[in-house]
Amino acid sequence: MDWMIALTFISQTIRISVPYTLAAIGGTFSERGGVVNIALEGILLNGAFTCVLATYYTGNPWVGVLAAVLGGVATALIHAIVSVTFKAEQIVSGLAINILAMGVTRFLLKVIFGSSSNSDRIVGLPEWKIPLLKDIPVLETIVSSPLILGTVVIIVASQFLLFKSVFGLRLRSVGEHPEAAESLGVSVTGMRYAGVLLSGALAGLGGAWLAMDQHSFTDGMSSGRGYIALAAMIVGKWNPLGAAGACLMFGAAESLQMQLQGRNVPTQFIQMIPYLATIIVLAGLIGRSVPPAADGVPYEKEKA
Amino acid sequence: MLQKLGGAIVVPLIAIATALLAGAVFIAAIGQSPVVVYGILLRGTFGNFYGLGQVLFKATPLIFTGLSVALAFKAGLFNIGAEGQLYIGTFAVAWVGFTLSGLPGFILVPLCILAGALGGALWGIIPGYLKARFGTHEVINTIMLNFIAIALTGYLVTYVYFVPETVHTQRIATQAQIPRLEEFWPVFRGSPVNLSLFLALGVAVAVYLFLWKTKFGFELRAMGLNPWAAEYGGIGVSSGVITAMTLSGALAGLVGVDFVMGYKHYYEGGFSSGLGFMGIAVALLGRNHPLGVVLAALLFGALSYGGLVINSIVPKELVDILQAIVILVVIAGTNVFGKLALSLKKRSLG
Amino acid sequence: MFPPPETRSTPPSILFVRIEGISKRFALVKANDCVNLGVREGEIHALVGENGAGKSTLMRILYGLYRADSGKVFIREKPAEIKSPADAISLGIGMVHQHFMLIPPLSVTENVILGSEPLRAGGLLDTKSAKEKIMELSHKFGLAVEPDTLVEKLSVGAQQRVEIVKILFRGAELLILDEPTAVLTPQETEALFSVLRRLKEQGKTIIFITHKLNEVMEVSDRVTVMRHGKVVGVVNTRDTSTEELATLMVGRKVLLEVEKGPAVRKNAVLEVRDVHALGASKVPKLKGVSLSVFSGEILGVAGVEGNGQTELVEVITGLRRSTSGVVKLLESDITNLSPREILKLGVAHIPEDRLKRGLISGFTVGENLILGSHFSSPYAGRLWLEGDSILKNARNVLRSFDIRPQAPELPAGSLSGGNQQKLIVARELSRNPVLLVAAQPTRGVDIGAIEFIHRSLIAQRDRGCAILLVSADLSEIMSLSDRIAVIYDGRIAGTVEAGEADEKELGMMMTGVL
Repeated sequence: MDWMIALTFISQTIRISVPYTLAAIGGTFSERGGVVNIALEGILLNGAFTCVLATYYTGNPWVGVLAAVLGGVATALIHAIVSVTFKAEQIVSGLAINILAMGVTRFLLKVIFGSSSNSDRIVGLPEWKIPLLKDIPVLETIVSSPLILGTVVIIVASQFLLFKSVFGLRLRSVGEHPEAAESLGVSVTGMRYAGVLLSGALAGLGGAWLAMDQHSFTDGMSSGRGYIALAAMIVGKWNPLGAAGACLMFGAAESLQMQLQGRNVPTQFIQMIPYLATIIVLAGLIGRSVPPAADGVPYEKEKA
Repeated sequence: MLQKLGGAIVVPLIAIATALLAGAVFIAAIGQSPVVVYGILLRGTFGNFYGLGQVLFKATPLIFTGLSVALAFKAGLFNIGAEGQLYIGTFAVAWVGFTLSGLPGFILVPLCILAGALGGALWGIIPGYLKARFGTHEVINTIMLNFIAIALTGYLVTYVYFVPETVHTQRIATQAQIPRLEEFWPVFRGSPVNLSLFLALGVAVAVYLFLWKTKFGFELRAMGLNPWAAEYGGIGVSSGVITAMTLSGALAGLVGVDFVMGYKHYYEGGFSSGLGFMGIAVALLGRNHPLGVVLAALLFGALSYGGLVINSIVPKELVDILQAIVILVVIAGTNVFGKLALSLKKRSLG
Repeated sequence: MFPPPETRSTPPSILFVRIEGISKRFALVKANDCVNLGVREGEIHALVGENGAGKSTLMRILYGLYRADSGKVFIREKPAEIKSPADAISLGIGMVHQHFMLIPPLSVTENVILGSEPLRAGGLLDTKSAKEKIMELSHKFGLAVEPDTLVEKLSVGAQQRVEIVKILFRGAELLILDEPTAVLTPQETEALFSVLRRLKEQGKTIIFITHKLNEVMEVSDRVTVMRHGKVVGVVNTRDTSTEELATLMVGRKVLLEVEKGPAVRKNAVLEVRDVHALGASKVPKLKGVSLSVFSGEILGVAGVEGNGQTELVEVITGLRRSTSGVVKLLESDITNLSPREILKLGVAHIPEDRLKRGLISGFTVGENLILGSHFSSPYAGRLWLEGDSILKNARNVLRSFDIRPQAPELPAGSLSGGNQQKLIVARELSRNPVLLVAAQPTRGVDIGAIEFIHRSLIAQRDRGCAILLVSADLSEIMSLSDRIAVIYDGRIAGTVEAGEADEKELGMMMTGVL
């Protein structure tokens, strides 16, 4: 087997997995708190767009990244308000936000950049070439971009946050048994908002990666990654490390798709690979993956 | 009774009002006058018969997808896959239409309609089975299947059944083509609204009868409201899930009757720009009731065509934004309104 | 105005809690009506009353879960504003709820510290010092707990201990226990009482809500009796008796027995032979259950909840698969048939969870009344529902069972709990079943409806129906059953004739001693 091809494949997989991972970990926080977040797709899109917009106007990619995070949080805020405060059906709220994101980004794409398919080109994040590390194959990829390195840090930090910190304990309690948490003085509403907004920040960051990788915004550029991230979250059993692992797998599927382009197989079949993979993987987990007990159920406080 | 009707209307009205208000903000933000823009929209849609015909044309597929999503909701399922189901169904209609072109009209027409239903049903039974057998949530599966359906039909129309230099298939046999309304009512001249509209309305009535007057509909609704009690009452929930998703898919597949048989007379790649997703908004606004769905479809049809009318001034994507706002307000408002109504009722009983 | 409550208690020493004039209304119901309550420091104070008397509401107001409409609360004679559990906790009040507020997938330690977590640097949990404190409390008060075990793996008694440690961890000086013995065996109850006595020795004050009068007599110092939201009496325990308390509670001489004639048994209707089944999370729940029920008799299944009753009922009614064993109905093998087939064979089922299994809240009363018979005549043909028959049936049933309001078009969810249960009972009895499986048939139902349901069950029995009655209320089992089978750990520990049944003996069977 050709080592170089394998290593390139791994490196490419890692790069591709970044937006999936960020969105999936974000989704984990939201759902651990008990709020289903289908809006990850729309947050990725909005994050990418705000990133491009901010970078375009300021010329500074770091401002773009910050804008992406803020854009993601703002989008997630809508979901939080509708789902937590208004206690509406969370799945539908998430879908509506995805439709909204699609509509708003297309609208603004036309109005600001005058195009229905893509924005102007923007400057990306700096590519780091750290002296010693730049010659080690896979490691080199990880440190080549601040967002990739950042993702690795986020994976580890999230695992700690969820299972070893006060915030994590309270978040989990609120997703499993909100009445019990409330009876001990934990604010169910507050924690759920925190979980959802955190998912917005992370998925927004994922959107920043998409924008930076492509140096522009293209219509519908999230292409279902947000939904696949949800599948990864389920496969990863609602914990950050597991989700990250599952995302590598889905990233590999997309990477494979890219490798096969241009060969004799029609593009449409190659395009199907990540989506088919998701269905098959999910079906293979019969009953083994159990979500937090109160996931998706709006919390009705007893009449005080 | 009147109270129930009143309740059913209030929230959708608030939702529409909110959406129009939000739309006004967007319009103003790009420097146009909302009053002027909405005026053009109103005149273009309901101000003349041509516009009305266009509205009815846009509404027809939305009735099908709206019913599809509504039926699934009634059974407690989220059919996000109407988009994929209508792609497969529409392609099936075209395929039967040009492959079996030797058959006489009175056989071919029903056959094509059946093909649409079966194509959509096939794409609906897959997630239904996956849920019943493996317990995997239909939301992700249907979304994945949407992408797969678009890719699959894309492949078929690009590599197999294509007409060179185009992105569509050959034409279907003439006897399978459904006439436009303008052939009976010249006022609609120029607009592509066709007889499939009546099929849509008929199907809406059929869905109503099915859900509320048959024992199968009883079981579906029971399952949607409380699957545990349904199981207790002897209702097979697993088979119910499969049945509901299949029927839901079949309804979405009927879009092909309008698009292929009544409009273009061939299958064209990328013909649906989110009809399946709009079906979700239609179903929600219509409160998952066939009558509501028809009315909501008319409204969204008007917005959809209206978007085209004002496209030179305001990007037509505004309609998507309005659609999303309608959904958000409906679901947020339903809960609030439901609690309000319940407490008012309790007070009146006491 | 009503006469002042009977007060024959000794003059107060230091009152830890003084409640003055608390009132609370929920929509149509006045749950608390100008309630006064005084609890002395260091005493065990029982709060008794029937279902719906207002005891839980009052304590929830004290704990900050509800806000009173009017009235005042004083803690150690200082006025207190308790707007949330956090306020209550800071005043030294802790509450153990009837339905435990524990989080199953988390460990004992995590459950205990939630909301009052000891911290290390950076917002991380200090689990080490938490465990130390927990073990300290455990030793001091005789509450055996295992800090690292997941709560979902604990027995009910162990879970209750965790709940108590939880409130002691937060420095509770006043412990409120809501129906603590409802889910315990007689032996576990004794264990709890020794813990309570130890807590009292250490200077803690305890309020415990119960409707079990013999427990009141055994462990409390003083008793407050509530009825219909008002306080009707406050007495020293040693100066009163269960009969007096019962009369105060209900306001009339209480008939503790249901009138019924002897059973006229004929043939065996239900036969369960060596049935095994798994419960949630693939844990074996039925480990070889065998029993039979004859026509014309009521077989009561007694046992502490969680010993397999739920699964047994589900296996018999087709809602759960058995892994081995046979279930026979009148000589036909019905093992693992679908619920529909079992319904068709004439089995009726009053489910223990009426909102989950028994009713569809969003359906009308009329629709709910045909649930389980909706697929055949007279309510449906091959395709269409027979609207007229459905309506006629609804009107008849509502009238004969006195279910209010008598409106077939009303959504079932708007009925009161008692009327909902009557609706389910009415529906199942109207089927004139060959076998009736009744699980917790009077749970959460008011006294009038309970009497009605009991009489209806006896009437069915006399009609020749075989009835399998499952109830966590031992007195209900003892008064209704002709024979009593005790279920323990997935098996039948023993079967006795009701006339010869002795509560102590039953208690020992329920805990596996016998």
